[in-house]
Amino acid sequence: MFKSIVHSRGSGIALALLILLALLPLIVPRFFVYIFALIYVTSLLAMSLNLVVGHGGMFQFHHGVFYGVGAYAMALVVTKTSWPLWIGFVAGPLVAATVGLLIGWFCVRLTRLYFAMLQISLGSLIWAVVFRWYKFTGGDDGIHGIHMPPFLASLNHSYYFILVVLAISLVLMYLILKSPFGATLQAIRDNPQRCEAVGIHVRRHQLYAIVIATFFAGIAGVLFVVLERSVFPEMLFWVMSLEILIMCLLGGWFTFAGPMLGAAITVGLRTFVGRYTEYWTLILGIILILLIFFLPDGVMGFLLKTFRSQAKEGSERSPL
Amino acid sequence: MLRVEGVVKSFDDFTAVDGAYLTVERGETVAVIGPNGAGKTTLFNLITGHLKQDSGKILFKGEAIGGLPPYHICRKGIARSFQIVNIFPRLTVFENVQVAVHCQQRRSSTLFRPAHTIAVKETRDILESVGLSGQTRNVAGSLSHGDQKVLEIAIALGNEPELLILDEPTAGMSPEETWTTIELVKRLALMRGLTILFCEHDMEIVFSIAQSIMVMHQGRTLVQGTPEEIRNNSFVREAYLGGA
Repeated sequence: MFKSIVHSRGSGIALALLILLALLPLIVPRFFVYIFALIYVTSLLAMSLNLVVGHGGMFQFHHGVFYGVGAYAMALVVTKTSWPLWIGFVAGPLVAATVGLLIGWFCVRLTRLYFAMLQISLGSLIWAVVFRWYKFTGGDDGIHGIHMPPFLASLNHSYYFILVVLAISLVLMYLILKSPFGATLQAIRDNPQRCEAVGIHVRRHQLYAIVIATFFAGIAGVLFVVLERSVFPEMLFWVMSLEILIMCLLGGWFTFAGPMLGAAITVGLRTFVGRYTEYWTLILGIILILLIFFLPDGVMGFLLKTFRSQAKEGSERSPL
Repeated sequence: MLRVEGVVKSFDDFTAVDGAYLTVERGETVAVIGPNGAGKTTLFNLITGHLKQDSGKILFKGEAIGGLPPYHICRKGIARSFQIVNIFPRLTVFENVQVAVHCQQRRSSTLFRPAHTIAVKETRDILESVGLSGQTRNVAGSLSHGDQKVLEIAIALGNEPELLILDEPTAGMSPEETWTTIELVKRLALMRGLTILFCEHDMEIVFSIAQSIMVMHQGRTLVQGTPEEIRNNSFVREAYLGGA
């Protein structure tokens, strides 16, 4: 099952990158270790959204909800129960996927913008509950000082944990996209009507994809808690969802790794431009406008195209 | 194998199909003819579940299939091609057919196994049998119109149907492509023992391959019979064959 990955050209690049990133905490200051860890968490979130948006062609406009639900599930298990900590880690993705199943079950019955509107409504409902239910979720204060197991005691430990979980998740996502399930999902994106005519239960397939995507969003939520030791209702707010969507667009949603690049650019801008002006989103907005006009395939799509035309039809389809 | 009995379908106040009758026996090649707007495509859409009839019965192997969703009807053994090219333009030719084969083999939900290792032989065989094996790696959207129409048929074959429905398989083709495609359809009927239901404007083609012809006019079935009977039917000649 891993053969296809081991033999692909991108795996060499990915492995080299992984080793480089693993050495990072030895070289750069603490602040950068934190920023990189944040980029990983955001990357996983953007990648999970792209499973359904880029590869599935669904209007998943409120993906942040599942990120937040995953993070809150873990936070609540850790702070409100005396269960072992690992249950919190498992609860995050499972609860997120369950909520994904419930919301998705309604959404796949509608198409396109109606799908999007329904998801935004149902998602906002969950946000409102989290935002208002002070006794249980801490309301707009969120939950802070979440206790972590000893093996995640320092920032460097958290960094490595996040990096490893990200790497495993990416391998799984890659396998899923290259499987018959993924191939069928992309066929549905291109032509749902034809898929029905060849015997595919389109809605059910889309629902499976949503469950998988929300599961990974839940993992991203757990990783956020590992890094920040806190959760906020903003994670479930629609602005968050829009931001992830922008990351996918920025990086290129028809590529595998594009959303990670988009996440890195967004987090980087917020951190470094945000230092000088609180209007960093202005820069993001301008970049986005230029992008839509000049690089409609996203940054990664553009890089791949340039790279490929230079490589002269060597092997088709880079695994990136 | 397939029986359509008095099917009616209207859109708002326009009745597209107004009493259609059709019988398709196993192993037969049956044509539906009629002028534009006679309701041929609507009838096909009713049979394959893309539309739901207002009244009447559609029986496949003795079972009522009217109103079932398209994916369900496909799994019962009816596959179709579309009049207007309806393929997966961003996927390769190979992947286009493979999607159908995966579904046929109930493997569309297989996770964690690379798709390109599953159902390869079956897909190759189909592409070879329709003459597209030279283009398997090309993106489907880049094919010529004629090849895309052939790919339509190849996708339908991926479902290993018992009944293959072709909605104007040669629409928009050059005369040369048309005859290659007709040869292909004949060969498929012969070699795979397929039952084929198709509609077509070119009377020469229809009379050359159909064993049974059903004539539609303004949503109604005028008559169904052998090519000989249709040719000699004075009513049909007046209404459709232009008194020829």
